[in-house]
Amino acid sequence: MSVLVNKTSKIIWQGLTGKQGSFHAQQCLEYGTQIVAGCTPGRGGTEHLGIPVYNTMPEAVKATGADVSVIFVPAPGAADAILAAADAGVKLVVCITEGIPVLDMVRVKAALKEYDCRLIGPNCPGIITPGECKIGIMPGFIHQPGRVGIVSRSGTLTYEAVYQTTRNGLGQTTCIGIGGDPVRGMDFIDCLELFQQDPATDGVIMVGEIGGTDEEAAARYIQQHVTKPVVAYIAGVTAPPGKRMGHAGAIVSGGEGTAAAKFAALEKAGVRTVRSPAELGSAMQELLR
Amino acid sequence: MNLHEYQAKELFRRFGIPVPAGEVAATSAQAAAAAGRIGANNPGSIWVVKAQVHAGGRGKAGGVKLARSPEEVGQLARSMLGTRLVTKQTGPQGMPVNQVYVESGSEIARELYLSLLVDRSKERIAFIGSAAGGMDIEEVAATTPEKILTTAVNPAAGLQAYQARQLGYGLGLTNEQVIQFVALAMKLYRLFNDCDASLLEINPLIVTVAGDLVALDGKINIDENALFRQRELQTMRDPSQEDDMERRAAEHDLNYVSLDGNIACMVNGAGLAMATMDLIKLHGGAPANFLDVGGGATPERVAAAFKLILSNPQVKVILVNIFGGIVRCDLIAEGIISAVRDVNVAVPVVVRLEGTNVDQGRKMLKDSGLAITPADDLTDAARKAVAAVGAASAATPNADRA
Repeated sequence: MSVLVNKTSKIIWQGLTGKQGSFHAQQCLEYGTQIVAGCTPGRGGTEHLGIPVYNTMPEAVKATGADVSVIFVPAPGAADAILAAADAGVKLVVCITEGIPVLDMVRVKAALKEYDCRLIGPNCPGIITPGECKIGIMPGFIHQPGRVGIVSRSGTLTYEAVYQTTRNGLGQTTCIGIGGDPVRGMDFIDCLELFQQDPATDGVIMVGEIGGTDEEAAARYIQQHVTKPVVAYIAGVTAPPGKRMGHAGAIVSGGEGTAAAKFAALEKAGVRTVRSPAELGSAMQELLR
Repeated sequence: MNLHEYQAKELFRRFGIPVPAGEVAATSAQAAAAAGRIGANNPGSIWVVKAQVHAGGRGKAGGVKLARSPEEVGQLARSMLGTRLVTKQTGPQGMPVNQVYVESGSEIARELYLSLLVDRSKERIAFIGSAAGGMDIEEVAATTPEKILTTAVNPAAGLQAYQARQLGYGLGLTNEQVIQFVALAMKLYRLFNDCDASLLEINPLIVTVAGDLVALDGKINIDENALFRQRELQTMRDPSQEDDMERRAAEHDLNYVSLDGNIACMVNGAGLAMATMDLIKLHGGAPANFLDVGGGATPERVAAAFKLILSNPQVKVILVNIFGGIVRCDLIAEGIISAVRDVNVAVPVVVRLEGTNVDQGRKMLKDSGLAITPADDLTDAARKAVAAVGAASAATPNADRA
């Protein structure tokens, strides 16, 4: 079992023909992901990497029956691509693109309420159900099918948690990178809810970082609704206030969004926190023993 | 990207938001001449000379002064221009004052606070108002949160008049002033959207003795991600107000933030870069910087990153932490080795590599004959980096302590 994606998921790749899009699509195909269509306006009727390309999302959906899309479209057109997917009836949109203007995301999030469509990202590594389906830029080989659900705002920190749980034999059910932007699709709570419901997931690792109050909201949710063990790490204890730390959303402003406040909220909710990301895997192993 | 007050007020004028008469000046002669021109609209014969720096707290730091004549405006401008203004927001080194803004004095009856920002939890643009204007709003929020009024705008509908009206009455404005306030709020909302602002703050927004609303100060931050479609605003960037290292990093597409420790970090990914800083601290060291070389970590970027890091004289040790996902560790090792050679890195380098072909990568580092210490994992890397600082300090007891 897993959440959101599995071996039956059929994917449309928006921005398949670009350099980054091509490279990562190739990697995903090698992993076994079913990419059934590409969508690039102006390239309809052609094939790329052996995949048929369509001009519009409705054509791609109609021809393939896919209900998942992944976006590798450059930032100026990414908001448009998200809504094109939702409007074509796609149920899950994974947006990898980094650098989307925040006001574009404000408008996208408001418009998405009209659709039965989940968004992961933007500015994220994507989602993977090990051994079944990889949608994004994460290195497939570090994953292993198993028992732990992972949700994270950071790409490379997700890989740390994945690698540790692969090496200690726990493995992963599904790993979701929710992205580093201030306004984004699924948040920690959405993912925690799915992992709580998934019978194959025995525990959840969540990796947060400074900025915003999503981790605090997640802590309240965990206290009330999550019975499975949760291990958490927050990056940015040493980050100076008022400075953006790489991710658009990683900033302590107005005294809000500090790592200390997030750690405190999670601990109060009974979450096992670790002060070093190197301990994520071993802490989860202890809790699942 | 931050704008200067004079640039913000130029945008205010363009969008019809009332501001006092004012001009920017780069020399004392220009400032005096500007005062003369403004004088015609300045019956009180009081001018304000304001240092243009990207930092708040100017008033208390001597960066805002009153003058009674154009000559005095010139004198004040001369005393400010070419200096560095130190406010509580700048750090001890301060910010260079290359321009002053000369403005007509205002007769103030009330001072209010008004700002627009993107509310992350509501995922909407929000107005924040307070009758306690002119004060540090974070302090007001902390001590008397009931004095803070907020209203979030539905992006599809846009700002509605009732929202602005409720905010205006909440600020204690009269009927006539509320009419002005609604018009002002509508214009600010349009400016915020049209300019892709991430923050717009007027502190204070004043009610004049005559009963009119005027923006006495203006602070605007522009969303960096939206600069591709804000060509004109791009030209308003003032590199003199930015950290030199951070600016040079941006030229190489590197994310860099200066810190005050002595262990430099080079990491791929923002989250892992923050975590690396935290680990250094956890093991008793002090990070010199945040540096994300990006997911790719190509040899060119690694070399550029080494050069950047080494231009900070406080750096005693470099910690490289790369999780090689798609990029193979042997290629990264090759990049590190050639960069250490080419850039002539003289301080110890601790490298933690993980991912594809990691054994090969580690072996290459070890066999390179360079002062590179391979680390087994995150914890080992942090420990070795902190230990190397101790060794470096012991070897050169007269070296400047960071």
